[in-house]
Amino acid sequence: MTNAQTLLTIENLRIEAASQAGGKTVLVDNVSFSLRRGEVLGLIGESGAGKSTIGLSSMNYTRGGCAITGGRIVFDGENILELSEAGNRALRGVRIAYIAQSAAASFNPALTIGRQVCEVAVRHHLVGRAEAAAKAVELFKALELPDPEHFGERYPHQVSGGQLQRAMAAMAMIAEPDLLVFDEPTTALDVTTQVEVLSLFRKLIRERGTAALYITHDLAVVAQIADRILVLRHGKMVEMGAAQDILTAPKEDYTRRLVAEREAATADAFVSEGEGGREAVLTLDAVTASYAALPRVVDTVSLSMARGDTLAIVGESGSGKSTLARVIVGLLPRESGRLMFQGKELSPGLRERSREELRRIQMIYQMPDMALNPKHTLLEIIGRPVEFYLGKSKAEVRARVLELLRQIELPEHFIDRRPTELSGGQKQRVCIARALAAEPDLIICDEVTSALDPLVAEEILALLRRLQERLGLAYLFITHDLSTVRRVANTVAVMRKGKVVAYGKTAEVFSPPYHPYTELLLDSVPEMRPDWLDDVLAARKGRVEATR
Amino acid sequence: MLKLVLRRAALGVMTLWAASVLIFAGTQILPGDLAQAVLANNATPENVAAMRHELGLDRPAVERYVEWLGHAAQGDFGKSLVNQRDVAKELAPRLYNTLFLAVYAALIAVPLALVLGVLAAAFQGRAFDHIANAATLLAISLPEYFLGYLLIKWVALYLGWFPVLANVAPETGFFGRLYLSFLPMLSLVLVIIAHMMRMTRASVLAVMASPYIEMAFLKGLPKWRVVVEHALPNALAPIINVVALNLAYLIVGVVVIEVVFVYPGLGQSMVDAVSKRDVPVVQACGLIFAAAFITLNMVADILALVSNPRLRHPR
Amino acid sequence: MQLFGRKMPLRAQIGLAIVIINLLAAIFVPVIAPYPEAEVVGRAWAGSSAEHWFGLDNLGRDILSRLLYGARLSIGLSLLITTLSFSMGVFGGFAAAVLGKAADMVLSRIVDLLLSMPALIFAMVVLSVLGTDLIVLIVTISVLDATRIFRVARALAMDIEALDYVEVARLRGEGLWWIVRREILPNAVPPLVAEFGLRFCFTFLFISALSFLGLGIQPPNADWGSMVKDYSALIMLGVPAVFYPAGAIAALTIGINMLVDWLLSINTVRR
Repeated sequence: MTNAQTLLTIENLRIEAASQAGGKTVLVDNVSFSLRRGEVLGLIGESGAGKSTIGLSSMNYTRGGCAITGGRIVFDGENILELSEAGNRALRGVRIAYIAQSAAASFNPALTIGRQVCEVAVRHHLVGRAEAAAKAVELFKALELPDPEHFGERYPHQVSGGQLQRAMAAMAMIAEPDLLVFDEPTTALDVTTQVEVLSLFRKLIRERGTAALYITHDLAVVAQIADRILVLRHGKMVEMGAAQDILTAPKEDYTRRLVAEREAATADAFVSEGEGGREAVLTLDAVTASYAALPRVVDTVSLSMARGDTLAIVGESGSGKSTLARVIVGLLPRESGRLMFQGKELSPGLRERSREELRRIQMIYQMPDMALNPKHTLLEIIGRPVEFYLGKSKAEVRARVLELLRQIELPEHFIDRRPTELSGGQKQRVCIARALAAEPDLIICDEVTSALDPLVAEEILALLRRLQERLGLAYLFITHDLSTVRRVANTVAVMRKGKVVAYGKTAEVFSPPYHPYTELLLDSVPEMRPDWLDDVLAARKGRVEATR
Repeated sequence: MLKLVLRRAALGVMTLWAASVLIFAGTQILPGDLAQAVLANNATPENVAAMRHELGLDRPAVERYVEWLGHAAQGDFGKSLVNQRDVAKELAPRLYNTLFLAVYAALIAVPLALVLGVLAAAFQGRAFDHIANAATLLAISLPEYFLGYLLIKWVALYLGWFPVLANVAPETGFFGRLYLSFLPMLSLVLVIIAHMMRMTRASVLAVMASPYIEMAFLKGLPKWRVVVEHALPNALAPIINVVALNLAYLIVGVVVIEVVFVYPGLGQSMVDAVSKRDVPVVQACGLIFAAAFITLNMVADILALVSNPRLRHPR
Repeated sequence: MQLFGRKMPLRAQIGLAIVIINLLAAIFVPVIAPYPEAEVVGRAWAGSSAEHWFGLDNLGRDILSRLLYGARLSIGLSLLITTLSFSMGVFGGFAAAVLGKAADMVLSRIVDLLLSMPALIFAMVVLSVLGTDLIVLIVTISVLDATRIFRVARALAMDIEALDYVEVARLRGEGLWWIVRREILPNAVPPLVAEFGLRFCFTFLFISALSFLGLGIQPPNADWGSMVKDYSALIMLGVPAVFYPAGAIAALTIGINMLVDWLLSINTVRR
């Protein structure tokens, strides 16, 4: 493969980090691949797969405490691991550029966007200041940024997240590098914004023939942009091949599971509805709420759900869906409207509610790390609601906790462990057990899977479904992820700017005729077909304006 | 933004007023009869009554406070209880001496500490950083008066470069003052530099951990450019606070150092007055020190506000 | 060697050793001190000898014995003051963080006011009226110190309170006291221990500065600050006595700082 067409070759790469105990942890182990000029390689894997570490290593850069301890990285015929400091600097930004996940964090808040975009060109004396500025304007235009002539005069906090992400692409492209490293560049964006940013990135690298490493955990995203895909797990290579082959005919079991999970996410199989005519658990009637001195965050929302139901509230950031959860549990007292729980009206504020009312509604959070006190054992965490609500003796509490551990499929000897000794998925199971311990009728799940890797998330959803069948619970899912809605919810409410714009059975809301905003959301969920992005862009022309 | 600055300035004035109440309350309303204490052995009932009248202790506290503040605002701090001289006239040259020493120390310490702090951060983990860390830890762990005596022993007595006592007089010329007050200045500088440098280093390091600094390195910029152009503008607000905090610390340090070197400044007057319970002098000194302290903090907060890009360039 | 479930580096171990040695000295002074602290046992400024390792002081008292008694008084007093100020500061800070906006406003404004003046100046104003009484000294410094601890404790409690597990407890209907005791306090202990070390050093140097100015601990009791003052004049005559108390102050402060640096480096609130 060593010919003039090869841009980057990585051979037997090994990267280690100094661990707390004083030893070494291997982050990347024996990874080899090569990249032709103009080619896009997708690096796929769950957290801890070593994707970002590999991406940064191609710039001969490692984060604090890590070091490249083996292998070769040959860029354009030169082993860059042997470069001097000055050699590194001549490479970085000029020939290889980096696009990070969070533009908001990667732009310096004290400097204008224009200055930061032009910096590489000016500081490496590629072009003069004026010429660099002109080039930046041209890139801003290509990236469809508003008012490109003056966009560079603004400060990072003055523009939106999607615009900033695009500005970062301009910053990377200013020196016309041979290789771009994209590190989850659309993960932090809302789905509708993701489509725009992704298509612009693709346009930019195709027009200019730039090679790229595209790092992501989302197979559907990488399907749109990559020629080949490398699947990684725990720092090791699982398999590598043409994008189409990996997506349609994966060889390894791990890849197959990833693909199957992703396919299920966009499949049109809806949860069938349970038996009708059951008692209503929760009813919201024209509920309105707001934070002090701001416009209404929850605006006349009316919803209803019965025992055994799963209602999903779906929307993008700022839609008010999480605030609605806070209103239901009483953290944010509602301003008006009625909130009925099992036929009885609930007080707006938390303090006015009885212990029995509190027991019946439990909540599970997005970040299990923050939802569990690191100083408590699982016995204390899961046992406290048993003791607090049900007044059980010590021995009864312990027995109940063991029973709950069995229910959430964790070993019994975990009872004396602390959250810091558990993985992310196990922590989320503990949060579920804590909610179950109160023997509730309704559990509010606030983005419970969005901080988890796809396969782990799938297991958590499956567990929740099994528990629902066994215990007859009602779930209220707050989520931005339509695939979660499809998989768990029999009823869905789509929220936008504090209002419910579509509400009904999931199968109906998610089938034609759609509400325009629902359609926009549904269309924006990436699918693994490589031509999905083109289809969406074609279909969207004209329609986006209609909904805005 | 202007609104925020004005609000902070108003808060400063309010605080100064509150501090004046505290100082007045501290010296007047607290238990223990001042007249009796001042007269000590001569405290016959008649004398005490006369003294109380003279001090105005027989009038309501609020009335006395308003009168005291009114006079103080016009630069009249009353008469010393010990030698009956006009407090303002006594203190004026001493205030000048203290200001001279403080500004002298600040002008040398602040730039030096900032440069050294930034360098220590830039060379984090290297020999320079380790040496600077050890040296500053030693300096902040030693009482400032001990540093003063060390300087007297080695620089003044052993080397004989500077005088032991910094006895500046009103007629001493500018360069004479610089020479005479060199050792007190040096003691202060050593103490403040240590604190300021450690805090500057910490502020810069906190900023250096940000993703935008990593991005700057990934753009192939040399380290000095990353530190100066990307880290410093963001470390500005914390550094302004560091400087203000340490200049405020200077106010305290100056009291002790003046005593060590028998430097005729405000701090020494205050220590003398406290041991002699000369209340008007204590009040005047306390008010001046508090005013300096509050003003410094206020200026620092306003500068930090002004340096914040989010406030300078609203959406 | 481990503490708070973490391995201690050498620096922290040295720091811990210094602190423990000082504490032991302070506790067992009557047993180990060769002479009483205020007894004149020989000629003034006698040099070091087999009976008097560090020599005698300006009045002919044994310097080593005074140094050990000084450890007891200086460390004991700083410990007492720091404990008092911590009780007030942490209680107030936590109260401000969990009791709601109104309580926070009132407490914070009071603290702002006390912090508006340099501590030394404030202490001097108070001491000028009330005299240099030990009780006055303890109360004044405790209150002044508590204001600084209040700020740290409040910020810490607010950081922890924003975490979801505290919200879980609130949603469960737990009382305020339970939440503070079971959810917030256990997570605040390591950073508070670090702060305790720093405040102890500060108090220690503060008392020694006051003693130096003649406003702190009064003779004939020995404390390290006034020992430095008494002996320092003699530095010009070549008597090295001043280095013993000054060195003791420096060693303890450095030891605590080494320990605290490590504590701070491992204990930021996990997010």
